[in-house]
Amino acid sequence: MNNQTGQLAAAIENATTPNTETRLQLYRQMQACRMMEQRAYDLFMQNLIKGTSHLALGQEAVAAGFGTAMREDDYSFCTYRGHNHTLVRGASMTGILGELMGRECGLLRGKGGSMHLMDAKRGAMGSYAIIGAHMPIAAGAAWSAQYRESGQVAVCFFGDGTTNIGAFHESLNFAAIWDLPVVYVCENNLYMEYTPIGEVTAVPNPGADRASAYGLEPVLIDGNDADLVYNVAVAALQKARTGDGPSLIEVQTYRHGGHSRADPGKYRPDEEVAAWMKRDPVITYRQRLLDDGIEVAAIEAIEAEQAARVDAAEETARNSGPPPLEIAEIDVWADGSSTWRN
Amino acid sequence: MAQLSYREAVAAGIAQEMRRDDTVVFIGEDVAAAGGVFKTTEGLQAEFGKLRVRDTPIAEQAIIGATMGAAMTGLKPIAEIMFSDFFAVCWDLVVNQIAKTRFMTDGQCSFPLVIRAANGGGARFGAQHSQSVENWAMAVPGLKVVAPSSPADVKGLLAAAIRDPDPVLFFEQKSLYGTKGDVPEGEHVVPLGKAKVLRQGSDVTIIALAAMVRRAMTAADTLQADHGISAEVIDVRSLVPLDTTTIFESVSKTARLVTVEENPRLCGWGAEVSSLVAEELFWDLEGPIVRVTTPHIPLPSADALEDAVMPSAEKVVAAVLKLVD
Repeated sequence: MNNQTGQLAAAIENATTPNTETRLQLYRQMQACRMMEQRAYDLFMQNLIKGTSHLALGQEAVAAGFGTAMREDDYSFCTYRGHNHTLVRGASMTGILGELMGRECGLLRGKGGSMHLMDAKRGAMGSYAIIGAHMPIAAGAAWSAQYRESGQVAVCFFGDGTTNIGAFHESLNFAAIWDLPVVYVCENNLYMEYTPIGEVTAVPNPGADRASAYGLEPVLIDGNDADLVYNVAVAALQKARTGDGPSLIEVQTYRHGGHSRADPGKYRPDEEVAAWMKRDPVITYRQRLLDDGIEVAAIEAIEAEQAARVDAAEETARNSGPPPLEIAEIDVWADGSSTWRN
Repeated sequence: MAQLSYREAVAAGIAQEMRRDDTVVFIGEDVAAAGGVFKTTEGLQAEFGKLRVRDTPIAEQAIIGATMGAAMTGLKPIAEIMFSDFFAVCWDLVVNQIAKTRFMTDGQCSFPLVIRAANGGGARFGAQHSQSVENWAMAVPGLKVVAPSSPADVKGLLAAAIRDPDPVLFFEQKSLYGTKGDVPEGEHVVPLGKAKVLRQGSDVTIIALAAMVRRAMTAADTLQADHGISAEVIDVRSLVPLDTTTIFESVSKTARLVTVEENPRLCGWGAEVSSLVAEELFWDLEGPIVRVTTPHIPLPSADALEDAVMPSAEKVVAAVLKLVD
């Protein structure tokens, strides 16, 4: 069984700056996420998106870092705050915005909605809206990969609030005893919905401080640093792929908005918000790329390309009709039907 | 034909499928090295190895979640929930995740998995280890629900459940584990969704499930011998899919229906069947549909109390006599 070997700490210590191509891809992914989520917000304001939605503005470096590091056939599992995690696996932006808008072009043709995005053929194995539920499911995908000796890894994203629910603990123990190739990523954005995580958690670092209970190395990193997230992701994926078992990585980040559409996030102190806005992962990364000598033209080209992408996605989604009503009664079963009697 | 116990038929069904398909794997608490607390899975780890037959911690969410994750990525997992009462601690995974995800994702994934559980009363285990919960599962779109009454059906229906591309909850009635019966040798598969007419009759249809089937058969014997009433007995076997064709054919002929359920009174599966018959065969009926159930109580532990409250052959006879008179 893998223990606290310091494998990931060593990888962080020895990590070098990713190459320029990778860094531009990280920036591209972050901009895609940022622009899509901002557009989703605008579409809400126009009442073109109904129901609820949980935006991940401010947390882009996590999705981008892991999405860029993962192999195409790896599995990812995320939560209801999962638009970005789905997008970075290669899912269609039109499909995501279309799904939020309840259109036929939606990724799930309107049958799932914002909280249940999936693109299984790209390894985006779903967004789960019951806290913690996807953690054992990700362990199962990892078990399958281990059994099939496919070399695939499952990556499972969840929030700080998830660390207090039973499924978190069951899953980590399970993954550890079977040395499963799964990477658990705790995105600590400081708030469990409306409540500061520290007020409802027995330890200061909700993910990292629990790692030792499962024989895992505690890992706590700045989740707004895309280079760092990428490097840690590469190390954890490699560790899982080579049979060294699961990891639990806590990344510290911040939600720029409230918990969901209904929440303006007023419970957060102004100075806290201001401090974290200065650490905006997209803006700080852009500056870092410039400081490191990357041409502004390359950066602006990515920005223009992603702006055009989100405009096109919105346009296509707006022009897509409602889903055909007959799909409401299909695909309960593998034969495509919903028949329960003869 | 071989004589197998209901218990032995479980391992026989799993082994038959594991031999023909190496994506079939099996996990649960005490199922591997110990062969199961009910000894239903003895010998499987010895034959198929530690990678295919694995012990888990007492962690039902982990077991069922892992089963789902494996099913959506190329395996055909079987999980055991030791007592069906424990579904209550992992019901989110069953109901919100396994049952809904295919539908919600526009059919992107299928979930070819089986969850076996020891279900029902008669073993004097008290209210947290004796429930009959197949009706919980029946109420959830996206779950197939099977409950065999004989060793042959345990093997054949379990094999069909494992081959089925959808999630199947397989309820074994724990008081039947020691019962024996003929089981066909060689490959044996019984299709899901087919009720079985066990006894032909003309005056009344009695439908039952799992442990209640034998009681219904005993009642039919008594009705014939002591009262000259000819009862047709149907083993429903599968609640989802539900074989309404076989049930309706019988009720059309006998014009009377009695359902025999272990469930507590409210919302048992017999209520759904009664409703279907009332809606679609009302004018063929010659009397009210009668449900014999456990009262709406948790099951008590003491043998005298448990026996007093569960449906018995005598209660079925009494129900039929009231209906036929």
